[in-house]
Order: sequence, then structure tokens, then C-alpha cells
Amino acid sequence: MSSRVESLRPAEGVWHSAVLEPAEETTGTEEPPPAIEMVRFAAMRPVLFRPKWFWPAVGALSVVVALGFAAWVVQLRTGLGAAGYNDQAFWAIYEANLVTFIGVSYGGAVVSAILRITKTTWRAPLTRIAEATALVTLPIGMLFIIPHLGSSWKLWELIWPPYWNLSSPILWDFFAVSTYLLATCVFFYLPLVADLAIGAERLARLQTSPRRKLLYRAYRLLAGSYDGSLSQRRLLAGAIGLVAIMVIPMAVSVHSVLSFAFASSSRPGYLETIFPVYFVVAALYSGVALVVVVVAAARRLFHLEAFIERRHLVRLGFIMVALGAAYLYLTFTEYLIDSYSNTTGNAAWVYQTVLGRYWMPFWFYFVAGGVVPILVFMFRRTRNATGVVTAAALVLAAMWVKRLVIVIPPATEPLVRSPFGPTGALGLGWGTYHFTWVSISITVAMAAAIPLLLLIVFRFVPILPVAEMEELAAAAERGTTTTATVAAGPVVRPRAGNEALAGARDHAETQGDDDDE
Amino acid sequence: MNADEHEHDEAPRAPVPPAHEQPVTVSTARHLSRRRFLGAAASGVGLAAVGSVSGALISRSAHSAAAPARAATGAVTGSSATHQWAMVIDLRYCNGCKACTTACERYHYLHEDQTWIHVFTMQSASGEQYFMPRPCMMCEDPACVPVCPVSANFRTEEGLVLVTQQRCVGTRICMNACPYQARYFNWSAPVPAPRQPFPQEPAWPVPQVEGTVGKCVFCAAMLPSGRIPECASYCPMGVIYMGDLESDVAVNGIGNTVTLSKFLTENTAIRFKTTFGTHPRVWYITGHGQTLDTDKEVA
Repeated sequence: MSSRVESLRPAEGVWHSAVLEPAEETTGTEEPPPAIEMVRFAAMRPVLFRPKWFWPAVGALSVVVALGFAAWVVQLRTGLGAAGYNDQAFWAIYEANLVTFIGVSYGGAVVSAILRITKTTWRAPLTRIAEATALVTLPIGMLFIIPHLGSSWKLWELIWPPYWNLSSPILWDFFAVSTYLLATCVFFYLPLVADLAIGAERLARLQTSPRRKLLYRAYRLLAGSYDGSLSQRRLLAGAIGLVAIMVIPMAVSVHSVLSFAFASSSRPGYLETIFPVYFVVAALYSGVALVVVVVAAARRLFHLEAFIERRHLVRLGFIMVALGAAYLYLTFTEYLIDSYSNTTGNAAWVYQTVLGRYWMPFWFYFVAGGVVPILVFMFRRTRNATGVVTAAALVLAAMWVKRLVIVIPPATEPLVRSPFGPTGALGLGWGTYHFTWVSISITVAMAAAIPLLLLIVFRFVPILPVAEMEELAAAAERGTTTTATVAAGPVVRPRAGNEALAGARDHAETQGDDDDE
Repeated sequence: MNADEHEHDEAPRAPVPPAHEQPVTVSTARHLSRRRFLGAAASGVGLAAVGSVSGALISRSAHSAAAPARAATGAVTGSSATHQWAMVIDLRYCNGCKACTTACERYHYLHEDQTWIHVFTMQSASGEQYFMPRPCMMCEDPACVPVCPVSANFRTEEGLVLVTQQRCVGTRICMNACPYQARYFNWSAPVPAPRQPFPQEPAWPVPQVEGTVGKCVFCAAMLPSGRIPECASYCPMGVIYMGDLESDVAVNGIGNTVTLSKFLTENTAIRFKTTFGTHPRVWYITGHGQTLDTDKEVA
């Protein structure tokens, strides 16, 4: 590792090690070669120049978020019943949302941490987007604790140690998710340090508006004293590697513990030993799907076609479909074994889910989240970027529905019933959860908050991990990477798109004070 | 294929052994109970250096472990308190009038669907309808207590499981845990109650608190003064007996007083869902071919 870093280092005080030759008279602030310059420009472009659609998009999304907030105020005033809950559907949409939104943050862990540890080089242009997605979705998922609680105003009690009951799975959730949030923040920040230093270099030249001046100061502050020296690079690489390794077991623990909240009860359909694995795989699956969608959108919106290619989406798609197959298998296992349990509760729950009152959402998951992604990858005609993105969007919807199918049927199952005689007619019948405008508005608002926050994040941080791309490109140049990488080609390739980008850069940078692109 | 048919197919339970062969066992199951399992698991976790977690679980298991046996019934009551409250519901006489539910809701100022004592319409093996009132089971090993993140649920020395509604944050994980569906959430503003003689407290949860869980409390605030719960008072059939395992007496609303242990033994009283290891403090007397979801442990 260290020798690799060392060999990357052409000269003291030079940021860019990538395709740069250790040039004869490099003084440290030289203009980097065109390919590197293009990466750096593309990474900083959304930060420096506001896209035309930025404010309209932010405005529209903010309106949706504000409506959700209003719905939450209504819920606070009228009680949790406004969200459609009742005693026989005591857990439903918010609990499913909590699991779904925390779940989609796993894409960051996979793409960034797992692919980093396995030294998969094509990940490079995707990592920042994946990490930002994790950074944004995890707090949104955590926010669902607020509408979930019947007395949201007593939220502080959960962080008040004298009240803690350490045998409660909900408290474990709280600890696990908070730790994971901290790790996600660190994992977002560490790879950012070098990029902030590089970005500050560009901002130093372009301090044409108060915003850019402020950004320059913020970049310098957050980059600390990073100057790209060998020891710093070595330290940073070590730290990132360590956090990447730590993030993975943390991610596994978070969804395992989330599943404990359901599984640690005697309720048929929740009392499943498969739940921790089931939840983790579901989270990874939907997480990769979200990364596919976000990467595809960012590629188009922020003009990253030269760096994020269609093959990146297809490769992510392969990971997604493998996880999808694993999840389908786990679902099958759970349902099959429960249907053989020959106890009233379990058999009834499986029946109602697959063929009974919940058949529609279940089969929607099965088709859109189980079969379609596999079919898309089965045929060469559909195994392309368009196919992958379509499948990923379907997977996101299907996995949300699947979480509803996990949460709602067991919660609505009658536990006190006649051992003889038909269920429903006698004893307590099945409960029903009714979606209301309040619960739907809050859910939609949280979903809209993801693109909203991502747009804001990318207005402030470089969208491409410049330092990482440069290092991997340099490694590819020297041929020190694996054969797989060489086959994939260098990460930074001079392409036709680059000329357009160069044109954009020249145009944009000569615009002076104008922040708009 | 219909899931409901499974229930028809279910074989009739093994006949209940004669009462004299089965001593009344109030508390300790000799098989591995949840409490023992959790206690053992807790010790394991403790060894794994999570001392506080194990401490919480062990203290919970120790809570009702010191159990002086009562010679008369062989009952283990779990505490040295003066009373050990229990309830007997004589299903032979229940006509499903729901006077208990109405009285409870009126007394505690509850919404109509907050049926703390719910009268279920059931069907026996021979196809006859019968009725089964279900209050809180006041389990000796309640599933709702260990899952609450803010320790809002607790079990008193007298064997009552209560909720501190001022503490409850409304996660509803206790509703998930309860195998009897005996917990009811305040989904909206509670029914307004006039000024009460006592402050709102776990033993006197009137009025209810919005956004928290409420449930049957066996009218805990009335018991010390010798009054039986409202459901028992208002039952015209004398179905519901309020009893005390310590003094071995049970009383219903129409003036019948019975020796609790004898009453249970002679009538082959059973408890509901004993397979869950919750050890309820509510006994049912069947007699018309009714079968509860009870596999074993006949009192």
C-alpha cells in the first residue's frame, strides 16, 4: 500500500499525481494535463456554476417537503390515528418507511466500502455520489422515528439514560443507527479532504462572488492542512481503508438490529430467525438500486457522461441483480417454511400474504422486485444502461412495497381467535391499515427530500472523487493494477465528451461573477 | 386452499386430565421458561462484556424469582406482598352481553374501540358459539415489559402489569409483543374525563394520555379498598371473579365467594396460551366444550 502511494507521488507540493509525468520543472501550481483538468472541472462544475434548473427543482421539491411537514403538524394535532393506524394495525407505513429509507443508505456502503476493499477500480467515479446518497438517506430514514412515535414530543426520553431499558430492541436500534450515522459522516468526509484541497485551488482562482469566497474559506477550513504530501496521503489512505472496513459490519448490524424490533416477539410473521439476514440483504439490494438511479440522474444532470459511462451502470446492475436473486431466495425460504409450520398463525399469515388480502402488494414485489431485474439481465437486448435504470427504479418501488408486506400482515393478524371456526367471522378478524393523505404526504415528502438534499450537497462538494480517480488512473497508467482494471481501461479517458466539457469550462470560467451557468 | 380451513382441520386437543391428577400450579413452569432463557442469555451477554445489558435482564429475572411457595395450593406467587391479584373467568355462564366492556369503558373514560376487556365470540369443537372475555392477563412473565425502550411498563409486587403513561413514548412495541392483543393505543385525544379523585397514575389511568398505550389495570386503584373491578361488579352472570392468591379467595359481582385454589382445581381451570410462557394470572373455566389456545398446563 505504502509503496503504491509512494510511487504515485511525482513531486512534493503537486496535487495531481495521476497521468502526470513527474515533469521536469514542476513548481506545484502548474496547469495539470487536459484529462486531469477535465475531471477536476467536471467535479467542481455543479459547485461553481448553478444549473438553470437548480432553483426550480429545489423549489418544487421544497414544496413537496413542506406539504409533508404540514401533514406532520396535522398528525401531531389530531393524533397518530390521522396516519391510518388502529389497534389491529399498530405498525404500518412509518415502520416500513424507517426500514426502507435506512435500507437505501446501504448503497453507499456497498459501492464505496465493499468495492474499495475489494480494490475494484471502476468504482472510482461513483463513490462520491454513493457516499452522498448514504449520507442523505440515513438521516431521512432516522427522521421517521418522529412520526412513528405516538408521542413525538417525548423523543428526548429515548436519549435520556435513566429511562433506558437496555433489553429493548428499539433502544438497540437507536444505538446502532446513531453509530452508523457517525460512521457514514466520517466515511463521507475522509475521502473528501483531498478533493476539498484540490477544489480550494480552483476556487482560489475564481473568487468572483461572495459565495465562492465563502466556499473557498470553507474548503480550506475543512481540508485542514492537507497539501498532498506523501505522509498525509499515506495517513489518509490508511484512515479511509480502516473506516471502509468498519462501515461494513456496522451496516450489517444496523439492519439486523432493526429486524430484532420485529422478530423479538411471539407474533407469527415477525418471529423469524431469517429476519436479520433478510433485512440486511433487502437493504443492500434497495441501496444499490438507489445508487443506480442517483448515478444515472447525476450523470445526465451534471454532465458526467465522460466519466460515468453506461458500463458503470450495468456493472452496478450486476451487483443489484445478484442481491435481488439472494433476496428472492430468502423470501421463498421464509414463506415456504412458514407455510409448513402447521400452526394457525404462521400458515394464515403466509396464506393472506400470498393469496389472501395482501396478494396484490406481494405479487407486485415478486414481479417488479424479483423477476423483472433478473429478466432484464438475462437478455443481451435489455442488459444495458436503460434496462438497468428502469429495473432499479422498479426495484425501489417494489422494495418499499415489500417492506409494507413485511410489516403490515403480521401486525393485522388476529392473535385471539377461535381454535375452531372460520377466522374473521369469529374471534377477532384481520385488522386493516388504511392509507391516509397524512401518512402518504409524509412519505412522499421524505422521498422528495432525498433529491433535494442531494442537489444541495452537490452544490457544495465536488461530485467526483478527484483524488481517488487520479490515483487509480495513475495506477492504471503504470500498469500496477489488476488485469480486471486494465481490461476496464483507465478511469480517466480522453474522450469525445471531453472537448464539449472543455468548451463548457472555457465558457463558464470566462463568465466572471455570474454564478449561473 | 384456504388458511381458514387449517383451523377446521386442527385436531381436537387431548382430553383434559381429571382435576385431582393436576395440582394447581400458579407460577413456575418446570420447563425452560422465557425468563430462565433470558436470564441465561443475559449471563452470556454479561460475559461478553456488555455488563449493563445483562444487568438489566438479570435484575428483571430476579424481580419475581424469589417465590415463597404456598402450601395450600402449591402455588408460587413470586413475591412477599400481601396480595397477589388474580382473575377467574367462568366461561360456562358468559352470555356475551358485554356489560363488562361497557362498564370498563365508562369507568375509565375510554373510546368505544378501546375494549380493555374484550368479549370475543368463539366457536367450540362442536360448532357452538361461546363468549370469551379477555382482560389483561397480568402475566407473571409479561412479554410487554422487557421490550419497552423507556421502561414505561412494569410489574408490581402484587402481580399487576401497569403502564406509566407519562413515560410512554408510543413506540407500540409492547402491542407487538403481547400475545393476547390486550393493549390499546390512544390514537386520538382521549375521552374527556371530569376531575378525578386521584392524579393520573399507572394504577389509575384516567384520563388516558394521547399517543400512549393503555390497557386493563384490574382497576388497580380500587383493589386496596376491597372493591372488585368494574367488569366483575357489572357482570350480571357472575362470570368474572376477582381473586387474591395470598388469601386464596375470589369474589364475583353477584355475591359468590369461593376458595380460589379449590375453585380452580374443581373446575379444571385453564390459562390462555400457556405455550408462550407468559404465566397469566387469569384463569378460564370452560365446560361447554370450549377450547382455548392452550396446549398444556391445566390448572
